[in-house]
Amino acid sequence: MKTVLKVNGQSREVDVPADKPLLWVLREDLGYVGPKFGCGQGLCGACTVLMDGQAIRACLTTLDTVGAAAITTIEGVAASPVGKKVSDAWIDIDVPQCGYCQAGQIMSAVALLESNPAPKDDEIDAAMAGNLCRCGTYHRIRDAIRQASGGANV
Amino acid sequence: MSDQALLAGTRRFALKAMLATGGVLAFNIEFAAAQGKRATAAASKLTAYVQLNADNSVTITSKNPEIGQGVKAMLPMLIAEELDVAWSAVRVEQAVADQAKFGEQFAGGSMSTPMNWMPMRQAGATARAMIVAAAAKQWSAPVAELTTANGEVIHAATGRRAPYVALAQAAAKEAVPAVETLTLKDPAKFAIIGRPVRGPDTPAIVAGKPLFGIDTQLPGMVHAALVTAPVRGALLRSHDAAKALALPGVRKVLVLRQLGEADGLVDALAVVADSWWTANEARKVLVAEWDNGGREQHSDAAFAAAAKAAFAGKPAAAVAAKGDANAALKGAAKVVKAQYTYPFIAHATLEPQNCTALFKDGKLEIWAPSQMPDEGLKLVAKALGLETSAITVNLTRIGGGFGRRLQNDYMVFAATIARDMPGIPVKLIYDRDEDFKLDFFRAGGFHQFEAGLDAAGKLVAFRDHLVTFGAGGQPGRGAELPADLFPANVVANADLGMTVLESNLPLGWLRAPASNTLAFATQGFLDEVASASGKTLPALMLELLGDARIVAAAKLPGVPDAFQPPPFDTGRAAGVVREVLKIAKWGDKPLKGRGFGFYFSHLGYFAVVADCTAGADGAVRVTKIWVAGDIGSTIINPLNAEQQIRGAMIDGMGHVISGLKVPITGGQVQVANYDTYTLPRIDVVPPIEISMVKTDNPPTGLGEPAMPPAIAAIANAISSLTGKRVRSLPYEA
Repeated sequence: MKTVLKVNGQSREVDVPADKPLLWVLREDLGYVGPKFGCGQGLCGACTVLMDGQAIRACLTTLDTVGAAAITTIEGVAASPVGKKVSDAWIDIDVPQCGYCQAGQIMSAVALLESNPAPKDDEIDAAMAGNLCRCGTYHRIRDAIRQASGGANV
Repeated sequence: MSDQALLAGTRRFALKAMLATGGVLAFNIEFAAAQGKRATAAASKLTAYVQLNADNSVTITSKNPEIGQGVKAMLPMLIAEELDVAWSAVRVEQAVADQAKFGEQFAGGSMSTPMNWMPMRQAGATARAMIVAAAAKQWSAPVAELTTANGEVIHAATGRRAPYVALAQAAAKEAVPAVETLTLKDPAKFAIIGRPVRGPDTPAIVAGKPLFGIDTQLPGMVHAALVTAPVRGALLRSHDAAKALALPGVRKVLVLRQLGEADGLVDALAVVADSWWTANEARKVLVAEWDNGGREQHSDAAFAAAAKAAFAGKPAAAVAAKGDANAALKGAAKVVKAQYTYPFIAHATLEPQNCTALFKDGKLEIWAPSQMPDEGLKLVAKALGLETSAITVNLTRIGGGFGRRLQNDYMVFAATIARDMPGIPVKLIYDRDEDFKLDFFRAGGFHQFEAGLDAAGKLVAFRDHLVTFGAGGQPGRGAELPADLFPANVVANADLGMTVLESNLPLGWLRAPASNTLAFATQGFLDEVASASGKTLPALMLELLGDARIVAAAKLPGVPDAFQPPPFDTGRAAGVVREVLKIAKWGDKPLKGRGFGFYFSHLGYFAVVADCTAGADGAVRVTKIWVAGDIGSTIINPLNAEQQIRGAMIDGMGHVISGLKVPITGGQVQVANYDTYTLPRIDVVPPIEISMVKTDNPPTGLGEPAMPPAIAAIANAISSLTGKRVRSLPYEA
């Protein structure tokens, strides 16, 4: 199926099966390897991207359901003011350990702050609980979200 | 690093040479690394580790695999410190697998720090000496009059100074000095070691750049997915690939027979396609018949029954005995007996096992997220009948190790597929369910303990019978019972024995191997012993540790001296026990919901206190964790150290309350993804307070030693909260 996708502000044409998950279209056909494969079932959040600003699991989102929606991946997230703040906070606090989950963590954090610019701690936990970090960088994920939201870096 | 040496060393790695000489470790690195020595207009490579660039930056090679433990900052920090350059001038480059050039290259046993603390500093000092020698010649000044600072050579007498880059070409022609002639910095003058340093890859990770093995992209690459038997180790009897081959994009289906690690050989079908998604979809329409060969007899129920039978008799093998445990138990005023058990668990690295391989003109190039790449290279050479010199292994960043990637099965599979398709790069990725099926598991096990207390409440006898797993009577990786198990090593009468069961599941090292089960079982049992004598566990621990002294460990047979278990320093142990009590403000009274755990592993001493409560839903929540640790004189990178310890606490929570368990029935693992294999999420993570005790000992690593006592402390906290002893992991209400 020939489809024109809008990814990180660019129109990109692909010709792949309609039921191919967005994750693999991004990784294999468009060269965006930032979104990661972890579980293939929407359980770990490593593949999280934004679809019209909403955090979605790209491993479960088939190409034919994307339509004209704007997709933002980790490679393009810093183009938005909130995305830039979150990315900067992630670097400043040195959140990653192995780093594999972090693209998904950042996308979920950006979606949270876009809808809730000053989340309380329990709101951060609720919004981020779908993103697994096997290394356990959770304290720094909280700190980075607080810093990006302009709050105290505790 | 041989399998045997790592097996011996990974639990509590010791370097006798290092301890004997206060940190100077006999570790052969050929700093000359002639093959790395070259000079061009743009850059001068002084040694295998140090290259001076035309822009006055320095490229430092990091030799070991980065799995999230922070070596990609830590190792170059050691070099940069002694090279005497600013950290901001350092660029870090990952080495390829080449042990002849770089020395040991692996990520395991928390050994990167103790094995490299001196050699990497020497590597930096070597390059610095070559630069200084070049300056001395150019300026006709004695070497002794030259100093360095911040990437410059300075001659105070004449006021001359030159940036390293101005001397680079000449320095590259200098002879590599003998290690004995090097002068290392006074630790009081460290400017990089001991300061917080961010991960060199952090900006690239945050930008989503390709770094990980799974991100490897090569022109014309094809993708492969595996199908293996539901019952681990079952042989492929027959298959029908017609439907899979009919799918658009599927290139071929290969039969792989008896490949992988020697103790985990499997039959598999490999689907090769234009896309991994296509290959993985095609797996679902492959038809395969497997010959289980009796492997379906293995199950948790069968293991428990075998353990029960074993406990009715004597251990199959004695491990250690001292004094007269029988007599001491008979004569004891009080005897405490209990059985503890823990399940098989999986590593569940977030990046699934994967590997990319290209076979071309008789040579094989591999891109592998492996913790022990040199062993993988040898394994591939053997499996494919290639010379090791015909194989190149590139080390990628690794999306979590936890010990899983000390095994290199994925390298063998990818290489075998690639050889079948010369000239075409092949990337193999395990689907998550295959990643669980193909793990090398942390063994389950069963302990039967007995402790004897005298009339004064003193522990006078300790007995442990471990029913564990392995083959031919020998425990598998991380399934052993050490002869110097605490408290057997400090009580007057002790008797340790084991019985080894067999199963179809191959075993692997998992973060703090052996210690991660022994800490839970022994510290849980000692908590019971403490209660029986009216004490808290930390009070009992301080009593058992007594005055500061060194308790030698029994020698392991057939293991080189350098890899023998280290002695146990009761003073260092007591130091962290007291420190954690201080920061947790815990006196000598038990507190409901509060638990304690201590463990010594990987040369690190750690004590943990955990508090827990029952939530409104009845589920147990950990509300606070305090940690005290002693890893020697120096915390090389405090920014990373903090996170390693926090991560270890959270991983420990996984063992106890999040539900890490791989149930086994019919020879099959009954988990396939993160819905049934449940790891800690952000919403269960409590505040963690850390205090490090610095002692005059060579520094050791932090990837592992903090975790075992966390498991014990959390389990003991739950026992205290509920009044019902947690003798089985994971905790189930």
